[in-house]
Amino acid sequence: MSSDAMAIQAARAARQPWVQTLHGWVTTVDHKRLGVLYIAYALVFLVIGGIEAAVIRIQLIRPHNDFVSPQVFNRMFTMHGTTMIFFVAMPILFGFANYLVPLMIGARDMAFPRLNAFSFWLTAFGGALLYFSFLGGSGLYGAGNAPDVGWWAYAPLTARAFSPGHSSDYWTLSVLVSGFGSIGTAINLIATILCLRCPGMKLGRMPLLVWLNLVMSGIVLIALTPLSAAQIMLLVDRYLGGHFFDTQAGGSATLWMHFFWIFGHPEVYILIIPAFAFVSEIVPVFSRKPIFGYPVMVGATVCIAFISMSVWAHHMFTIGMNSYSNTFFVFTTMVIAVPTGIKIFNWIGTMWGGNLQFKTPMLFCIGFLFQFLVAGLTGIMLGAAPFNWQLSGSYFVVAHFHYVIVGGILFALFGAFYYWYPKITGRMMSESLGKLHFWLFLIGFHLTFDFMHIPGILGMPRRIYTYEPGRGWDLWNLIVTIGAFVQGVAILIFVANLIISYFNGTAAGNDPWDAWTLEWSVPSPPPVYNFATIPTVASRRPMWDLKHPEDPDSIYE
Amino acid sequence: MSAIANPVGQTPWTLPYRGKVAMACLIIAESAIFTIFVVAYLFYLGKSLTGPTPREVLEVPVFFTICLLSSSLTVHFASRALEHGKRGAFQGLWLLTIILGGLFLFGTAREWHRLIYEHGFTISTNLFGTTYYSLVGLHGFHVIVGLLMLTIVFIFALGGRVGPEHSARIEVLSLYWHFVDAVWVVVFTVVYILGR
Repeated sequence: MSSDAMAIQAARAARQPWVQTLHGWVTTVDHKRLGVLYIAYALVFLVIGGIEAAVIRIQLIRPHNDFVSPQVFNRMFTMHGTTMIFFVAMPILFGFANYLVPLMIGARDMAFPRLNAFSFWLTAFGGALLYFSFLGGSGLYGAGNAPDVGWWAYAPLTARAFSPGHSSDYWTLSVLVSGFGSIGTAINLIATILCLRCPGMKLGRMPLLVWLNLVMSGIVLIALTPLSAAQIMLLVDRYLGGHFFDTQAGGSATLWMHFFWIFGHPEVYILIIPAFAFVSEIVPVFSRKPIFGYPVMVGATVCIAFISMSVWAHHMFTIGMNSYSNTFFVFTTMVIAVPTGIKIFNWIGTMWGGNLQFKTPMLFCIGFLFQFLVAGLTGIMLGAAPFNWQLSGSYFVVAHFHYVIVGGILFALFGAFYYWYPKITGRMMSESLGKLHFWLFLIGFHLTFDFMHIPGILGMPRRIYTYEPGRGWDLWNLIVTIGAFVQGVAILIFVANLIISYFNGTAAGNDPWDAWTLEWSVPSPPPVYNFATIPTVASRRPMWDLKHPEDPDSIYE
Repeated sequence: MSAIANPVGQTPWTLPYRGKVAMACLIIAESAIFTIFVVAYLFYLGKSLTGPTPREVLEVPVFFTICLLSSSLTVHFASRALEHGKRGAFQGLWLLTIILGGLFLFGTAREWHRLIYEHGFTISTNLFGTTYYSLVGLHGFHVIVGLLMLTIVFIFALGGRVGPEHSARIEVLSLYWHFVDAVWVVVFTVVYILGR
């Protein structure tokens, strides 16, 4: 046993009684513990949302299946969508941002540690509220339990007349509450990044992960708040008899769609930009080269942030906008592919001529690159209004955005897990289990989401609870469901790897990947105060400078 | 980590104050919320299926608007006074700010009382009612939050616990109060000028 492993053992042996440990975690304001709480909380919801996806896929495995009733099916896709976006993807990305940003900029904590804890508990409370609807949603009317209005919750489905009981109220309140949590975290991240950088860490020297989280937080401020505003309006409608979305009194269902998608499309970028951030940190380390085109990467991200605010109505081509609006939103949707393409070129440029090491984090990043490219291409297809008129609301759309969220965001996230797990726990994750996880998940992913495009093109609409045989959809749905279960098995291997490696993984030491950013300069897991003395940096790769004093980056930058 | 060479050590390393950055972020986020409510108000102008219309029931609250806008000046000079260590002037101007904000709130309360009891006009009457009460109410809510914070500071100040060393924090609060006033300029223009 090496001295590192003994140090971990000693640290773990010195633990307090469990009541004190629990008390410590509940009352913590430490950014690292809150980061871990965010991630653990999101992983629990990932399993729950995954079970809901499994129910959906079992129901659709063959025509005229009656595994669940239509009502339950509606609840399942509503809860699956809401859970995965608001209580898995956002918290898990915030968790990584929370953990990594202060370490990467050489700070001892976030700018507002108590606001940080408050934001986490708001998000946690929001998730609990959403799932309490299974018990409390029927209210006085005895109608329904969990929300069944879809994750868009289009008007007038959410009106009192069509959604009696309290299921929609739980949906609204949970999204509103967790939204306030997200705004708090975004404010905290921006203040941390702008105000707590260590000496020498100029904006142009920040790791790309920090830059991209800064941009992501900016989008949260501008794009998440319209959703909060729309939820407040919905609450006014449902509780105070307002008419915002009440078509009987002249209200507009289209206005809800606009407000929702003004949030909804930038939300995709809120999720994918942190995924870009992981890839931008992992790819250089496993290519043994600095990132290619650092300033262009930053510029492209800022471009994406700006353009993402003006593409929302490409979700609404089928509602019948005029030709000027259609043209504008087709144009902006095409334009946003340009900075995104620049990023893909830069990652490939980083790998080009590099000394590639195909460790598990790198494998997931390479999977990300290919799949995100395909997802972008189907996005361009759907962004062309005439094509969209044909395929909007079909399984082609479902396949497209799962390609983005699973093939892009989730793959990058898995890469991040394998890359930073040693820093968080002090132990390496198993490479063999990791490779098994990668290949199995890759196969499952492609079985599910490649073949899901086809029933979409053949006209299968989303959100149907069953379908007629003989339309040519049967085989594809069977393959898609089988793929979903392969993915489920892969996720179980991942969870097993997380647990087994925590107890049996080899000790990581400070810097297992020979990386270049500041989080690898401190012990794994880092002490509460992060840095014994606040570091000073002179280039974008401070650890390179430290390891190679004869040839530091600082003389070139 | 101190082993890393520090060629930038010659220039002092200064970064912005976190409170100010956070308040600026909050203001950006709040502006987006208000924008959505203003858009809804403008979108539904004249689309109510039943009366009353804005022209029939709304009166322009000139006096109370002047109260709120001048409170922006008093809060500015209050924080300036604190910066220069003039605690008496600070307390006086701070109290004046609270009174002016309170007057504005009284004006809104009186207007709503008149609308509800004389015209029977509520949030559920028509689209105008829904959008009017939500927009003005959302702003009023922000005024209430601001007044609560101003009052807390005033209580501390009376206890002699607010000194020049707190002026950066007071500056953050005054930034919020300026924002509340600026929003009123937009709400006033939209509701009482364009909307009538």
